[in-house]
Amino acid sequence: MSQAAFEPRSEVPAIEVHDLTVAYRTQPVLWDVDFRLPEGELIAIVGPNGAGKSTLLKAILGLVEPLTGRVEVFGAPYRRRRSWVGYVPQRESVDWDFPTTALDVVLMGLYGRVGWLRRPSRSHTKRALECLEHVGMRELAGRQISQLSGGQQQRVFLARALAQDARLYLMDEPFAGVDVTTERAILSLLEELRSQGRTVVAVHHDLQTVAEYFDRVVLLNMRLIAEGPVATTFTDENLQRTYGGRLTVLARAAETLLENRRLDAPPEESTLARREGRGPWS
Amino acid sequence: MELTFTARNVLLGATLLGAVGGVLGSFALLRRQSLLGDALSHAALPGVCLAFLVTGSKDPLPLALGALGAGIAGSLTVLALVRWSRIKEDSAIGIVLSVFFGLGIVLLTHIQRLPGGNQTGLDKFLFGQAATLMERDLQVMAILGAAVMVLLGLFYKELKLITFDRAFAQSLGLPVRALEGLLTLLLVTVVVVGLQTVGVVLMVATLITPAAAARQWTDSLGWMLVLAGGVGAASGATGALASASVAHLPTGPVIVLVASAVLVVSLLAAPRRGLVRAWLRERGVEQRIRRENLLKDLYRTGEEARTDPYRLVPLPHLMGLRGQAFGALRATARRLERQGLLSSHDDTLSLTTEGFREAEAVVRKHRLWELYLTRRLELASDHVHRDAEAMEHALSDDDVARLEELLGHPETDPHGRPIPPAPRQPGGAPPSRGEATP
Repeated sequence: MSQAAFEPRSEVPAIEVHDLTVAYRTQPVLWDVDFRLPEGELIAIVGPNGAGKSTLLKAILGLVEPLTGRVEVFGAPYRRRRSWVGYVPQRESVDWDFPTTALDVVLMGLYGRVGWLRRPSRSHTKRALECLEHVGMRELAGRQISQLSGGQQQRVFLARALAQDARLYLMDEPFAGVDVTTERAILSLLEELRSQGRTVVAVHHDLQTVAEYFDRVVLLNMRLIAEGPVATTFTDENLQRTYGGRLTVLARAAETLLENRRLDAPPEESTLARREGRGPWS
Repeated sequence: MELTFTARNVLLGATLLGAVGGVLGSFALLRRQSLLGDALSHAALPGVCLAFLVTGSKDPLPLALGALGAGIAGSLTVLALVRWSRIKEDSAIGIVLSVFFGLGIVLLTHIQRLPGGNQTGLDKFLFGQAATLMERDLQVMAILGAAVMVLLGLFYKELKLITFDRAFAQSLGLPVRALEGLLTLLLVTVVVVGLQTVGVVLMVATLITPAAAARQWTDSLGWMLVLAGGVGAASGATGALASASVAHLPTGPVIVLVASAVLVVSLLAAPRRGLVRAWLRERGVEQRIRRENLLKDLYRTGEEARTDPYRLVPLPHLMGLRGQAFGALRATARRLERQGLLSSHDDTLSLTTEGFREAEAVVRKHRLWELYLTRRLELASDHVHRDAEAMEHALSDDDVARLEELLGHPETDPHGRPIPPAPRQPGGAPPSRGEATP
C-alpha cells in the first residue's frame, strides 16, 4: 500500500452526525442521533440487535436517506468525500458463491480509481495483490471466494478496503464469526491504520473486547446513549442504559404505528397510552 | 447438408439469440432475476399487438419497438408495485406476467378476427416460428444483439460489481439504480431478439438454461459469460438444424430442449459442482468412517482382552458392536485388507502392524477429544463418547497436536484408558507381533 500518513486536523471531525433520524417505512431505526467523531482513532459502534448500528453506517455512506438531519464527513457531504472513505460491508451481505476470485474482489476496491469504460491495469492488479499480502492472503489470490473460510473472506473484504487507501474506514462487524488468526490480523491492521493517522469506525458486537480494541465508543440503541473515550464512556451504567431496558416507549410507539398501518386503521391513541403505561421507561 | 435460404436464416437467428441470451441470462441468473426475465418476455406480447394495431404492418422494427416498450412498462410496473405497495417482488412479477400476457392474448384474439389477410401469423410470437424469419428480421435481431453485447462489454466491471456487492458499489458512488435499469433494458432487448424464434412463453429458458449450465463448469464470471453464450449458440444451432432436417419439429422448443439436456449433463457431471462428484465425495467420507471404525473396533477388542493386540476377531463379534450387516462389514474389511491394514482368515480378522498404527491414531483422536470435552467443557465422562465418535473422523493431525498440547500430553482418557502416544514419539512403535500387551 502507499502508506502516506495523514496529519489529523483536529478542528474538523472525521464524522459529524447532526440530528439524524432514519426510518424504514414507518419503523424508526435511528432517532435524533447527534455526535462528532475525531480523526485518527479506532471507534466502536456498540448496541443491541436492531439498535440501528448498520443503519448508522449506511446513513453515513449515504446508502439510506435520512428522514431528518445530515451527516458530514471531514466537513462535507459524503458524496464529496467518497474517495476518502473505505467501506467494509457485513460479510453475510453478499453471495460468496459468486463466480469470482479473491483478487477480483480486492480489485473492486479500485474501481473508483480505474474509472468508466476501462479495465483494471497491471498496476491495479499489483496493488490489489499487495493488499492481499497485507492481510496474509497473497497465496489465495486466485482462489474462488466460496472456497475461502469465513475468516479468509473477511480478510478479502479488508484487503479490498485497504486498496481504497482511505482516510476513514467504515466497517460493519469486521470481527463477526472469524477465527482467532483473522481476529488478530484484523486487530493489528486496525492498529496500523491508526498509527498512520487513519480513522476506523466499526460496528462491534463483542462487549468483552471493546475496551481492548478501541479508543472510543458510540453506544447506540435507536438513539444515542453515550459517545466518548472508552475509559470514561464504556461504563457499566452506560451499558445498562444501552442494553438494559430497550427503548420501550419509542419501540412500542413504533410498533403501534406499524400495527395500525397493517390494519389500515387510524392510530388508536388508547392503545398507545396503554402500552406506555405498562412498560418501564428508560 | 445443403441449407435452404430459410434454413440459413433460422440457423443464423437461433445461434444469435442463443449467444446473446446466454450471456445476458448469466447476469439475470446471478442477480436472481430469472423470474423477472420470464415476466418481461410475457409482457412483450401486448406491445407487439399494439404496434401492429397502430401501424397495421408486420415490419419487424415497429413490432420490436412495441415489444421493447411493453417490456419496459412491465419492468417499471414491477418496480412500482414493490416500491409503493406491500406486495413483494415475487408476487409483483407474477402479477405483471399474467396481467400483461392476458392483455396480449386478448389483443391477439381481437387482431385475428379483423377482416383482411394481413393479420395472420402474429400468433408466432407465442411459441416462436423460426421458419418465418426474414432477412429483415435478422437485421433487426443482429443490430439489437450487437447493441446488447457492446453495452455489456462497456459496463462489464460496473455490472459485475453491482451484482456482487450492491452496497459497496453505492459507497463508491456508482449510479446503481441506473446500472440496474440498464441491465433490465438489456434483458428486454434480448427478449425482443428472441420473440420470433422461441416466442414469449419459452423465452426465459434461452436466458437461464445456458447460464445455469455454464455456472457449473467455471468459477469465473468472464468464462461463465463465454460458456453460456457458447451453450446458447450451440443449442440454437442444433435446434435450427434439427428442425430443418426433420419435418414438423418446432425450432424454439427444440432449442430449449437441447439447452436443457446440456444443463442436465452439467448438473450431474461438472467437475466440482456436479452431483456425481458430490455423491462420490460423500461416499468416500462414509467409507473412510466405516474403515476407521472397523480398525478401532479391532483395536479395542484386543485392548479389552488384554492379550494379543493382533488377535483374531470373528466377524459376528464385530457385527454386534455397531449392529452392522455382514456384507457391509465384509466389504470394508476387504478394502482394508487390500491396503494391507488387516488380514483375514475365514471369518476372522486381525490387524497388521500398519493397521495397528492406523487404529491407534483413530483411538488417540477419540480419547483426546473425550478428555477435552470433560476438562474444558466440564461434561460428564459418560456423555462424551458419542461426540467423540464423530470428531475422531473429522480432526486433522494438526488439530490433534494442538489438542494434546492444550491438555498437557495426557496419558489416559476420562474413562482411565490409555491414550495411544503420537506416532513419532519413541514409545509409539507398535508392539511386535505375538507379544502380549501388559
